[in-house]
Amino acid sequence: MQDGAIAQPRRDWEYVEGWGMSSGSAARVLRPRCTEELIGAIQSARRDGVTLAPRGAGCSYGDASSQSDGRVLDLTRMNKILSFDAETGVLEAEAGLTIEGAWKHTLPSGWWPYVVSGTMYPTIGGAAAMNIHGKNNFRVGTFGDHVREFDLVLSSGEVRTANREQNSDLFHAAIGGFGSLGVFSRIVMDTKRVHSGLMEVRGVSTHDLAEMMAVFEAEKAAADYLVGWIDAFPGGDRSGRGLVHVGRNLGPGEDAASSDSLDPATQSLPANILGVIPKSEMWRGLRLFNHDLGMRLVNAVKYQSGRLEGMGDAYLQSHAAFHFLLDFVPNWKWAYGRKDRRGLIQYQVFLPDETAHDTLLELLERCRASHHVSYLGVLKRHRPDPFWLTHSLDGWSLALDFKVDDARRSSLLEHCHELTELVLAAGGKFYFAKDSVLRPEDATRFLPSDRMAAFSALKRELDPEGLFTTDLMRRVFPA
Amino acid sequence: MSQSDKKPLRAVVVGASSGIGAALVRQLSAEGAHVAALARRVEELESLRDETADSPGEVSVYVHDVCDVDAVPALLEELITELGGLDLLIYAAGVMPSVGRDEYDTKKDLAMLEINLGGCVAWCNPVANLFTTQRNGTIVGISSIAGARGRKGNPMYGTTKAAMDHYLEALRNRLGDYGAHVCTIKPGFVATPMTADVPGMFWVISAETAAIRIMRAARCRVNSRYVPMRWGLVAFVLRLIPSFIFKRLNF
Repeated sequence: MQDGAIAQPRRDWEYVEGWGMSSGSAARVLRPRCTEELIGAIQSARRDGVTLAPRGAGCSYGDASSQSDGRVLDLTRMNKILSFDAETGVLEAEAGLTIEGAWKHTLPSGWWPYVVSGTMYPTIGGAAAMNIHGKNNFRVGTFGDHVREFDLVLSSGEVRTANREQNSDLFHAAIGGFGSLGVFSRIVMDTKRVHSGLMEVRGVSTHDLAEMMAVFEAEKAAADYLVGWIDAFPGGDRSGRGLVHVGRNLGPGEDAASSDSLDPATQSLPANILGVIPKSEMWRGLRLFNHDLGMRLVNAVKYQSGRLEGMGDAYLQSHAAFHFLLDFVPNWKWAYGRKDRRGLIQYQVFLPDETAHDTLLELLERCRASHHVSYLGVLKRHRPDPFWLTHSLDGWSLALDFKVDDARRSSLLEHCHELTELVLAAGGKFYFAKDSVLRPEDATRFLPSDRMAAFSALKRELDPEGLFTTDLMRRVFPA
Repeated sequence: MSQSDKKPLRAVVVGASSGIGAALVRQLSAEGAHVAALARRVEELESLRDETADSPGEVSVYVHDVCDVDAVPALLEELITELGGLDLLIYAAGVMPSVGRDEYDTKKDLAMLEINLGGCVAWCNPVANLFTTQRNGTIVGISSIAGARGRKGNPMYGTTKAAMDHYLEALRNRLGDYGAHVCTIKPGFVATPMTADVPGMFWVISAETAAIRIMRAARCRVNSRYVPMRWGLVAFVLRLIPSFIFKRLNF
């Protein structure tokens, strides 16, 4: 399969799915190791008339990087760190570098990525393409807010550099543009100064949603990170009860042993629980509880233990343990079912501050009424950012994990469409890294029409043949 | 193999022109599976296709030489696209040329290695990669009881089968972490063209009987099975014989 002068990347035939496992298909996966091979993959796809789905680590819950008709361009082997300035914290790396690779490199010098997700495995290219957010969205914005510059490989094979001054339109469109305009090959980003590998964390138990939101507002000014866990099962005046975690970075001198705590080795999550239970097998135990009754019990126990935690003092926790809760039990998602197309979808809604409380309560109530109760609910606070297709706004988001199996698939979809209607009517938005259910008519209602038109024009200009296409684009933005 | 009852099983059988491989294709198509049958010999494949034309399943045939390992990735892609996915790979290709007691023919031995082991690795590796990512699927490798001990008769044949056992076991342990499965089948004497010239066979079963038992073992996610099972006892005894006695035995 040599292509003359074109460098050909390694290729495999694999089953490619979203992180939630509820959708996926087998496809040819190309894994370029350098920009030349990346361009080679793009050129050969154009020559063969097939589409390419750019993919990082595949951590988007839905179909953002899966491909039912064409090839997958997996960037994970392009993961070199090109430069890091320990004085300014500016990191320059290939787009396939994972967040794990980034923080392990920067932490010893006292730097931590501004925005990290709940798992450390996404690539920075994927993080930029989906414009991910973290538990500090209200304070520092989204991932794209800290990107200085990137190289984007276009469908023509041209490598175009963009930053806030040069190709500014492309900069603001490609970040959060879900890989539609091109493939990130290089990213330059700022990182944040930290004075310790530990964080101060405090739990605040809340009886209902209003109290939780009040805690967020009260803590917002001083906290670096805020995240609320919600038990979605109980209704009435306990609806939205949960636990807020307030995280604060330590200041200079607060951690006397900072040289130890900044060592990535001390950040690593333990392999066993209580010293004996191997965490790699824990998903099997969780599976026993993976039904409505079991999860009602798990959520209730978590709420009660959260009340105890809320009574205690603040404690110190490593960055990795605080941020990467999703990595704490490896493959926990398999508790939702390990067979293909069974698993979970995450349905995350973003609501403006004014309508958030009432809409979220209504949303939780409808979940209970339709017997599609989320097994995990997470509340976060957000702020707007300048990216064209951003999900972020001055308001709140609630992420809900719904179990998907063959019996519930269609009724769950219907349920989500109803919720979507509710959210859109309240001026809400959605986030493509989490989405599995939006329809084209939904997207046009929350994306500003001028920006959508400009984005489409840019897509036509940079990728007239529609080379970069994923299942998400087919579903939400059909040609 | 973990398909729901509604969807037909999608299988690839490598080494399908005769013997156990052909019997497995007939068996699978009789059960309604969609089978891609691969072999070197065109005539045999075509007659297999004609023979299974009326079966509930679907059989498509592909000419392929397992020594051509470079062709495997592209062919596998084609097969999976045709079948719409893959649930089962059976590697049944194998040769056992007769080897004289005083014969040390490197060329002949390496040819055996290439077909029995090289082809197996070339097919199982990419399929293992697929099954790992899709978290289901079964690989069945047709090994042999000949791998139990190093006997005087055909050193290389036993070696390829012992190596295959080892490789498949390792693959099974890897895939097990992801919910996929590898089943090693160790037939005793089966009446096939391969054993046509072997003298003094006993407990001989037909290829059809072997195919039924192989599929039963694969469905039950058996790790390793002798076919028929009584050969397990033979292998057990064979393994117990100390080398200083074994080297004096003439079989």
